Amino acid sequence: MAALDALALLGRTFLKFLEATGRLAVFVWNAFSRAWRPPFYFRAVGQQMIDIGYYSLPIVGLTAIFAGMVLALQSNIGLARFEAETQIPEIVAFSITRELGPVLAGLMVAGRIGASMAAEIGTMRVTEQIDALVTLATDPFRYLVFPRLLAGLITLPLLVLVADVIGIFGGFVVSVQTFGFNPANFINKVWDYLVWDDIFDGLVKSSVFGFIVTLMGCYQGYYSRGGAEGVGRATTNAVVSASILILVADYFLSALMFGV
Amino acid sequence: MTNGQPKIRIRNLHKSFGSNQVLRGLNLDIGVGESVVVIGGSGSGKSVLLKCILGLVTPEEGSIQIDGKEVVHISERDREELLKQFGMLFQSGALFDSLKVWENVAFGLIQAHGMPRKQAKGVALEMLASVGLDARVAEMAPAELSGGMRKRVGLARAIATSPKVIFFDEPTTGLDPIMGSIIDRLIVHSVKQMQVTALSITHDMASARRIADRVAMLYNGEIIWDGPVAEIDNADNPHVDQFIHGKAEGPIQMQVRKP
Repeated sequence: MAALDALALLGRTFLKFLEATGRLAVFVWNAFSRAWRPPFYFRAVGQQMIDIGYYSLPIVGLTAIFAGMVLALQSNIGLARFEAETQIPEIVAFSITRELGPVLAGLMVAGRIGASMAAEIGTMRVTEQIDALVTLATDPFRYLVFPRLLAGLITLPLLVLVADVIGIFGGFVVSVQTFGFNPANFINKVWDYLVWDDIFDGLVKSSVFGFIVTLMGCYQGYYSRGGAEGVGRATTNAVVSASILILVADYFLSALMFGV
Repeated sequence: MTNGQPKIRIRNLHKSFGSNQVLRGLNLDIGVGESVVVIGGSGSGKSVLLKCILGLVTPEEGSIQIDGKEVVHISERDREELLKQFGMLFQSGALFDSLKVWENVAFGLIQAHGMPRKQAKGVALEMLASVGLDARVAEMAPAELSGGMRKRVGLARAIATSPKVIFFDEPTTGLDPIMGSIIDRLIVHSVKQMQVTALSITHDMASARRIADRVAMLYNGEIIWDGPVAEIDNADNPHVDQFIHGKAEGPIQMQVRKP
C-alpha cells in the first residue's frame, strides 16, 4: 500500500506539473497572440522599461561593482598560485560579461521587479481591477501582461550592458589600487581579450532572464487568489520561481551558446 | 418589461464552482431602457450572474443573448466590441490605484475608444461634475478618497463612455444611509437621462425600491419571483416576504452555526 501511495503521490505531482506548464504556455500564448491587434500600449511599454531599467540601475550597479571587485580579489589569490596575476583583467571581463553580469542582474531584477509586478497585478486581481479592465473593453493581456514581457525582453540586456561596464570597473579599481596594475595596461588587456560573442551571448542570456522575471511576476500575480495572503504568496512564488528558472536557463543557455 | 425583443435574455443558465452549484437554470429578461434589480442573500449567485453576462466567467450551460445575439462563447475580439456598450459600477469601486481619478474616469474613452487624452480629460471632468465631484478631486489618487467618493468616481467611470447597458454591483453596500440614498439618486438620474438599460444586484431593499422598475429575486440558483417594484410587498411568495422584511424565520435557511 505504501508503495502505491507513493506512486499515486508521484503521479499527482507530475500531473500538477503538467497542468502548471500547460497553463503557463497558454498564458504566454495569450499575451503574444493578442499583442498584434490594436490598440498598442506604447506608453505602458515605456513606463515598464523605465521601471525595470532606470529604477533598477542603482541596485544592479551596486551589485555589479562589488562583484567585479571581489572577483579581482579572489582571482589574484588563485592566479598567484600559478604566478599568473597579470591575467586578472581577462578573468574579470570574461566572468562579468558571460556570467556574473546577466545572472546577478537577473536575480536582482527578479527580487525587485518580479515581486513588484506580482504584487501589483495580484492586488488588481483580488480588488476586481482586472475585471474592471475587461468591462472597459480592455484586454488585460494586452494592457498589463504584454508591455511588461516586452519591456523585460528589451530592458534587461541594456541594464546588463551597463552592469558589465560597472563590474569591470570594479575589478579595475581593485587591480589598480590594491595590486598596482597599470590602468592603461588593464584597459588594453580587457579590450584585446574580450570578443564580441562574450558580450552578445551575455546580452541574449539577459534578455531571456528579463522575460523569465516579468513572466513569473505577471503569471503569479494574474492567478493570485485569496486576498492579501494570496497576493503575498504570489509575490514569494514570483521571486522564487524566477530565481530558480534563471539559474536553470543559465546552465542550458551557456551549454548551448558557448558550445560546452 | 417593455414589449419586443429584450436587451438581455438569459435562459437556463448553469454555473458551478467545484461542487458548489451557484446558478441552476436561471431565466431572466431585461427590456430595453428598463432598470431591473436582482435581490438575494449573500452567496446566492448575484455577482456570478453579472460576471456570466460580462464574460468574466463562462457558464457550463445555458444561453445569454444581447440584442438577440448569443454571447456565451463569442471570441475575445467580439467580446471587446460588445463590452464597449457596457458600463459597470463595482461593489468596491475597483478604481485603478496607479491612475489619478480623472484618468480612471477617462480610461475607457482613451484605451477602448481611442479618444485623445486632452479631450478625454474634459469629458472626465464633466462626468465627475455630474456626480458632484469637482476638478480638485480629479487630480487625486483613488487611495485618498472616501467610500462614497469612490462609488461616485466608479459611477462616473461607468457612464463616461455613454454605454447602452450599465450594471451596478451592490451600489450602496458599505455606505451610510444618506450617502446610499445620494448614490441611488445619481444612479436613477444617470439611467433616466441616458436612457440606458440597467441591471443592479443588491440585498439593500431600500436601495432596490429606489432604483428598480422591476425586481427579481434570486434564490437557490434560480429566479423565484419577478415583478414590478410596486408589487413586491404584495408578492405571494414566502421567500420574497422573508427577504424583504428581513425575517430570521422562514423558508430561507441561512447556514449559520448555533451558539
